Amino acid sequence: MSSFVAHDETGFAPPAETGEVELYHPKTFIGKYIWSQDAKVIAVQYAITAMGIGLVALVFSWLMRLQLGFPGRFSFIDPTNYLQLVSMHGMIMVVYLLTALFLGGFGNYLIPLMVGARDMVFPYANMLSYWFYLAAVVLLVIGLFVPGGPSGAGWTMYPPQAIMEGTPGARWGIILLLISLIVFVIGFTMGGLNYVVTVLQARTRGMTLMRMPLTVWGIFMATILALLAFPALFVSAIMMLLDQTLGTSFFMPALVSRGQQTNYTGGNPLLFQHLFWFFGHPEVYIVALPAFGIVSDLISTHARKNIFGYRMMVWALLAIGGLSFVVWAHHMFVSGMNPYFGFFFATTTLIIAVPTAIKVYNWVLTLWRGNIRLTVPMLFAIAFVFTFVNGGLTGLFLGNVVVDMPLSDTMFVVAHFHMVMGIAPVLVVFGAIYHWYPKVTGRMLDDTLGKLHFWVTFIGTYAIFYPMHYLGFMGVPRRYYAIGGTNFIPDSVHLLNAWISIAAFVVGAVQIVFFYNLVSSYFRGKPSGGNPWGATTLEWQTEHTPPRHGNFGKELPAVYRWAYDYGVPGVAVDYIPQNVPPKEVPAGAWDRAAQPAGVVP
Amino acid sequence: MTLGLVFLTALMALIVGWLFRQTIHVRPWRAQFAAAPTSLAVGYPAKKAGLWVFLAVASSLFVLFVSAYAMRLGFADWSPIPRPRLLMLNTAMLVCASLAMAWSVRAVRRRDDGMLRHGLVAAGVLTVGFLVGQLVVWKQLNDSAYVVTSSAAAAFFYLFTAVHGLHVAGGLVAWARAVSRTWREPGTEAAGLCVELCATYWHYLLGVWAVLYALIVSEDLGLAICSSTPL
Repeated sequence: MSSFVAHDETGFAPPAETGEVELYHPKTFIGKYIWSQDAKVIAVQYAITAMGIGLVALVFSWLMRLQLGFPGRFSFIDPTNYLQLVSMHGMIMVVYLLTALFLGGFGNYLIPLMVGARDMVFPYANMLSYWFYLAAVVLLVIGLFVPGGPSGAGWTMYPPQAIMEGTPGARWGIILLLISLIVFVIGFTMGGLNYVVTVLQARTRGMTLMRMPLTVWGIFMATILALLAFPALFVSAIMMLLDQTLGTSFFMPALVSRGQQTNYTGGNPLLFQHLFWFFGHPEVYIVALPAFGIVSDLISTHARKNIFGYRMMVWALLAIGGLSFVVWAHHMFVSGMNPYFGFFFATTTLIIAVPTAIKVYNWVLTLWRGNIRLTVPMLFAIAFVFTFVNGGLTGLFLGNVVVDMPLSDTMFVVAHFHMVMGIAPVLVVFGAIYHWYPKVTGRMLDDTLGKLHFWVTFIGTYAIFYPMHYLGFMGVPRRYYAIGGTNFIPDSVHLLNAWISIAAFVVGAVQIVFFYNLVSSYFRGKPSGGNPWGATTLEWQTEHTPPRHGNFGKELPAVYRWAYDYGVPGVAVDYIPQNVPPKEVPAGAWDRAAQPAGVVP
Repeated sequence: MTLGLVFLTALMALIVGWLFRQTIHVRPWRAQFAAAPTSLAVGYPAKKAGLWVFLAVASSLFVLFVSAYAMRLGFADWSPIPRPRLLMLNTAMLVCASLAMAWSVRAVRRRDDGMLRHGLVAAGVLTVGFLVGQLVVWKQLNDSAYVVTSSAAAAFFYLFTAVHGLHVAGGLVAWARAVSRTWREPGTEAAGLCVELCATYWHYLLGVWAVLYALIVSEDLGLAICSSTPL
């Protein structure tokens, strides 16, 4: 066993006398907070923009639920704008909220701090990344108000219907959406280059790859996926834009519309589906991997126990990332493709269950006999594990071709993907905000409001999405404006739909409590100190809270250990920060009575 | 899509394999200061790493375009476009531009400022020549009624040349920065790095163009890729 070392073989340890990085120094208010090149400010800009547009999508889901729960009662929702609400809700939540918040928000804030860097390696490109993102959001919002309204083709935008007359927003709506996506991808690429290169090149002394917190691993791997997968969205968006504006026939087959032969000839709509899902499936993991990483750190910190199977966690992330590129066609089982390919993609899909199951076991085993403190971040983290398992299991259903056939395009699919990539990552977003808010603002979020927010959100989302599985089994189709008068649908479906809608309104409303908490705690919250949770990672060891420009004091921290030294035997404290050298660790037995867990020594 | 699948799987295997190799013989829970600075990471400029990551992204983009092309090529309505002969001259210019870049890098290594300036100017002029040449090809095709909507082959031709041309034009921005650095602060490490990165990018774009050009002039090549694409 002597071949094992405590550091990586290509351990990154630049000499101590490395010159100070030349930082950009803002002089004006605008330079500091608007055109900022500081990753922390950019992170907050990303987060606020993403949550702002996310609120719009939340309201859209309310309107959808008004129609589904109480069909025909609200005259302002007609079939056209119902489809537009569905499409925009999906697109905003997946791309503009979750991707931007996890990578642009948490990535920007946490990567430099956690790896011990002063900032991202290309701050200017980082700033541009945010402004491109903002431009993409603005284009999307403009798309809501153009003649014909936004696209109603679903978030998947399948041609030919997405650009044919008869689909809502088939002219300006879809054009603006496609341009917005193109701008988003360009902006993301600039940010993504930063995240990857910062992790590879800007780690501080002693911060080897295998000492990085799992949060950084998750965001790093997700960024690699995004950098390689977003080009597929870019390619399909450009080609569809040309089909729509110039009349090329990349995706558009020769077809007759309203009795008239169109000018399109022989394009291939399936080509779009392949390209779209080549992006679309990795996108699931682009959202999930940062969540996996963050939740690992939350569980370890709040259970005062080292993460179980750190190396397995890292390798599981790598395996999931690698596999996520060879499963995309499981979204296309009903597209008429070769059955042997269905078999291939079903197999790869089910194989992904192995590394994800490893992660779930490791989270549970980290909790096992841990010194669990049910703080709000911990509640959200545990809720994530439940929800992810739930959503993952229905994924096993849908990953099988024969089971997928009858369930395809039913509410079962809606319930599945909301559980696994809607609710689960959002629970992590909340947990992470409750966890890192004290570092960002220097104040704690209100605990009582946090618990209220948690319980209503957690129970409420189950009230929404559990019954939805049954609707799917009964064959209730998704994306339908109304299902009344259909023989195979019993009355109980309508009752259930009303119930789901009411639960959705309650869950939506409780988010207002969360936003109120965010704002009021910023002014009146309890001061948090530098390290309120007793966490080991570098962002909690900064000289100032919130960290100032340049993150750390005069000298960058040197790292001596991994991020999970909680409850180390023979040590008189219950955690050892990453930058504490071995000789400064107090020996002896930890006295729980004298010094409770997590108390900063 | 098989092409895209194979490429991205290979790339992911490379990345995952590299990361796995970095992490396999490690016991991270043992506290010990990692004092051993080793070859790769130390002193490797972030900008260089950034460029390589960007090239991976651009490769993903081009491979997906080519996959789409190969898939569309197999359809019955495919009618090829004439092969503009000017493309040969344009290709030659891009090759020369790449050689001039390689020449400039040699000049940086030899610290020969005169040679460097000549190399950079030559590379710039040839590259602009390439872009102008591509526009002339567009005009020729347009004049003989091969517009973007006339056939899928024409549409892909315009798309390929446009996307590649935009990447070349973006390269010229970097080239302009390298030129200004070379003139303002000749002989510095930063200026040298700029030239080196430009050269890498130019060679890459030449490689991409070689593949696209081969696909444009030879349907057989496209069909060969296509025939392995039963999805």
